Amino acid sequence: MEPHTDLVAMHMSDGIVNAPTSVIFGLVAVLGLAVCVARARGDLDDRTAPMAGLVAAFVFAVQMLNFPILPGVSGHLLGGALCAILVGPYVGAICVSIVLLLQALLFADGGLSALGTNITNMALIGTFVGYGVAVALRRVALRSRGGLVVVAFVAAWVNTVVASLGFVLEYAIGGQGLALGTVFGLMTGFHALIGIGEGIITALTVGAVAAVRPDLVYLTRSAAPSLTIKSQGVRS
Amino acid sequence: MGAGHAHPLYRAGDSVVHRLPAHVKIVVAFVFVLAVVATPREAFAVFGLQFLLLVGVWTVARIPPGWLAARALIEAPFVVLAVLLPFFATGPRVEWMGMSLAVDGLLAGWNILVKGTLGVLVSVTLAATTPLRDLVSGLSRLRVPSMVCVIATLMLRYLEVIAAEARRMRLARVSRGHDPRFVWQLGATVRSVGALFLRSYERGERVHLAMLSRGYTGTMPAFTTASASTATWSVALVPAVAAALLALSGYWVW
Repeated sequence: MEPHTDLVAMHMSDGIVNAPTSVIFGLVAVLGLAVCVARARGDLDDRTAPMAGLVAAFVFAVQMLNFPILPGVSGHLLGGALCAILVGPYVGAICVSIVLLLQALLFADGGLSALGTNITNMALIGTFVGYGVAVALRRVALRSRGGLVVVAFVAAWVNTVVASLGFVLEYAIGGQGLALGTVFGLMTGFHALIGIGEGIITALTVGAVAAVRPDLVYLTRSAAPSLTIKSQGVRS
Repeated sequence: MGAGHAHPLYRAGDSVVHRLPAHVKIVVAFVFVLAVVATPREAFAVFGLQFLLLVGVWTVARIPPGWLAARALIEAPFVVLAVLLPFFATGPRVEWMGMSLAVDGLLAGWNILVKGTLGVLVSVTLAATTPLRDLVSGLSRLRVPSMVCVIATLMLRYLEVIAAEARRMRLARVSRGHDPRFVWQLGATVRSVGALFLRSYERGERVHLAMLSRGYTGTMPAFTTASASTATWSVALVPAVAAALLALSGYWVW
């Protein structure tokens, strides 16, 4: 897979926040993921595990699509809202974490000591905020496929901007050099733009899946009529 | 699935470093990077010595420095951030070549640059000496929940499926008169993302049914590697412990 060799890093590298902050957010990430693994057992059987694998692979692949913003500064799909809408927030957070872990281990994208902060921002904050927005707008999503597409766009945009606020928080705790206002302005400004790209891709993907396989969309799945076994003799 | 067992940063070899169990290498890499990050930014010499430790590991692993340097370029965007810091930071400033630079910004930029570079070099060293499936089995030895390892394994396999599917779709577009120049190709790719997802899913679904019919029970077999002896651990941890001691010395000596 040649494209990997010329991809551009966007995740936080080592040294952006200090060691205590790295360790604290490492613990936050481990605790958060432990909760996700415990809760995901209900969402994941051996039939849906491949779906989770595919969603993770898809996020991995689509993260290769970079939106250039300025020379040297580019952003990409974070995938949190996409995962949350398609496989649920717990499995979704695990999927994004796996993507980040393997990018750090295999492609040196994102520092090893920054894994905790990266997972906290993109996997935990991003996925759960995206899911929260989607659930809040669920009534719109259930109304029509167009509604679902709009909800996917909004969830992805909010997910991107809020995940970038996670970086600002970590920088406030353990970063050095820039004034916090500058960091806040740069991060939210760029990510408000990245969020549009993220929203478009999320909306397109969720829309396509909902058109052909609505049974695969976690957000609206419970609303779909399910088959029930009725005992003999019951007439309606 | 030949590509499923290698990855672009892997460099086949048979050195001591290559033969170390993957879970040992993962732990060593994490300890080393944490030591680098914990080093005070003014301890300039410590970073040099930590770099020399890495050079030692590369010599043992027989990885040429040029090969590493090319792959470490992934951190280039962060260099831009580091270069900008002296201009935008607050605090006392110094004049240098007619430019007004913030002292704190200079140190902060240096901090990101040196720690980011050492961190990337550690990651590339780990990736260069560890094949893909060993990394996942190493993670499972480190008590990463089996659900995570299964999803990670499936993800790595589906990456191949998605890449192949994307190639087929691109070929189909080109053979229908599509002009595959970069910008237009990007637009078409973005528009066909949803179709790519569905095609990959349905291909994966067929693969999964094939797996079930061949006795797949929900867990991947052979998630074990040889366990590491105390002797292996103590030898492998030498660079990491040395880096940690150097980091500590940075607070008193330098």
